[in-house]
Amino acid sequence: MTKLEPGTYFMQGDEASVEGAIHAGCRFFAGYPITPATEIAERMAKRLREAGGVFLQLEDEIAAVAAIIGASWTGTKSMTATSGPGFSLMQENLGYACMTETPIVIIDVQRGGPSTGQPTRAAQGDIMQARWGSHGDYETIALAPNSVQEMFDLTIEAFNLSEKYRVPAIVLSDADIGHMRGTFVVPQELHIIDRKYHIKPVSYNAFAYDDSLVPNFPKFGQGHRVHITGLTHDISGYPKTTEPRVHEALVKRLVNKIRVHSGAISRAEVVNPRAEKMVIAYGSPSNSVYEVVNERPDIGLFRPITIWPFPEEQLKASAKYARRILVLEMNMGQLYWEVERIARQSLCERIDLLSKLGGDVHTPEEIVEILQ
Amino acid sequence: MNFFDFYRQDRWPHMFCPGCGVGTVMNVFFRAFADSGLDQNKTIFVAGIGCSGRIPGYIRADSLHTTHGRPLAFAGGIKVADPELKVVVFTGDGDLGAIGGNHFINACRRNIELTVICINNYIYGMTGGQASTTTPRDFVSSTTPYGNREYPFDLSEVAVAAGANYVARWTTFHVKQMTKSIKKALLKDGLSFVEIASQCPTQFGRRNELNTARKVFEWLKSNTVPRSKAKDLSDDHLDLNLMGKITIGEFVERNRESYIKALGVVK
Repeated sequence: MTKLEPGTYFMQGDEASVEGAIHAGCRFFAGYPITPATEIAERMAKRLREAGGVFLQLEDEIAAVAAIIGASWTGTKSMTATSGPGFSLMQENLGYACMTETPIVIIDVQRGGPSTGQPTRAAQGDIMQARWGSHGDYETIALAPNSVQEMFDLTIEAFNLSEKYRVPAIVLSDADIGHMRGTFVVPQELHIIDRKYHIKPVSYNAFAYDDSLVPNFPKFGQGHRVHITGLTHDISGYPKTTEPRVHEALVKRLVNKIRVHSGAISRAEVVNPRAEKMVIAYGSPSNSVYEVVNERPDIGLFRPITIWPFPEEQLKASAKYARRILVLEMNMGQLYWEVERIARQSLCERIDLLSKLGGDVHTPEEIVEILQ
Repeated sequence: MNFFDFYRQDRWPHMFCPGCGVGTVMNVFFRAFADSGLDQNKTIFVAGIGCSGRIPGYIRADSLHTTHGRPLAFAGGIKVADPELKVVVFTGDGDLGAIGGNHFINACRRNIELTVICINNYIYGMTGGQASTTTPRDFVSSTTPYGNREYPFDLSEVAVAAGANYVARWTTFHVKQMTKSIKKALLKDGLSFVEIASQCPTQFGRRNELNTARKVFEWLKSNTVPRSKAKDLSDDHLDLNLMGKITIGEFVERNRESYIKALGVVK
């Protein structure tokens, strides 16, 4: 059984993400056990062999990201899965993937931190880490599922975006969504994107790019004879570490290839878009808001599905009707600052944060009460 | 195969110091590679960070210059994802013995199909001469101004203990033996490890009364003992110190089942 047939399935969120990955074309997984993401590795160990791929359990999360980057250079769609402590270890090579423009997917099933924290409880503490946890300037893509269905859907989307923009894509799940059991639908047709390859040997200027700012991919073993380095390099791929303009041009392109396409990449779910009171939530807490907005047309929901790049234009469009915004996060306020920055431009008067820590999720009752 | 086709002439002059042992290793490696019959288009060269890490940047082949200490993990991903490719790793004592130690022992344990060439110059050369895990006892470095008080690692013995299929160590003086060993390593199934004790006059020699390439070279040459004889010399022949010796020779040649074969990966 390579891929799940179209139909309805009942599974855990972590498991659904594996099925999404296989549909997206993932044929290489390297990982290290960690709660609450272990089920992804376990299912991958079983399923990838059936799908003609390879599963590796490595010595740590540093090696896991290194291995999927290596695998990706052979043209194999590759992924790993982890939680906060492992995601911290991955930051080093996540930066390397950004610098070398290697498509990889990381599923981060968030748990309480800092440090070892709460292995089995949900949290949203890795929002900023997903954006800028490694050193230097770069942009990633991060998606936040809130259901078993979206663990399937957004894993596919993460692969598509990663392939298209040659950038690491992160699925920012959490312990509740990862461990949640529910139904999901595998549709008849799925849109799958593969990276654009260099067909003829390039040898020189392997990083030449067009208006998309995304160079074609010179897969290893095809006679391209390319040099790939984490050092600052020019379009030939060769190190040029002391010329300020070379570094500037490279880093600006790495950042801008995401920023100029942020409108095409980012999306959000909006319910009651013209409501006076707008709740902004993603991942687990957003599920509590559905109950509220179904009964209260004066309260809206803005749910960023793409966390990075943040759906800025969509929020601006909604925020101009909102007099009051309430941000729900299972952290002390991370995405809040991005929301505040954007909503202030729309002259929203009051932007509050309702934090939940320890693994508890905001209840519909307290959302309604706070918005009285 | 022509030497000038094997290396990237458009990147010359290279960045290695005068008298560095890397030049000898690159020359020897070319001869061994040419003899091995391997396809330059199907061989991927991977390296970490440090002087040794710059070697793949000079080879006209697909090359991945990775993060510090991690080349074996990257290389493993390449090899498992596409077993038809030959994957060669260049690394050094800092890259392999310290920051990459965990990847090193686990790659040997898995006996993954990689050829690993470690240029051990007993120092962090690129960052300016700090002590490494192989710096001999009592030697001076920029971070051991009163002499190194730690015991050094024997990387080759580690590779043997961890399970590599082929392990050999030579110095830059032993070019014939090194050529033979590298060729053997390139064609060996499983993990093959060749360690080259190499001279760094700039950072290692200068602080230890070995301030020319020739002096370090002479030190390496006069301080070696074949592994067959090393065991008789002392119980702790692993400890390379001012009074000690560098054990050379083929440490192990065996046929443990290699990783990808064991996994049953077919492509």
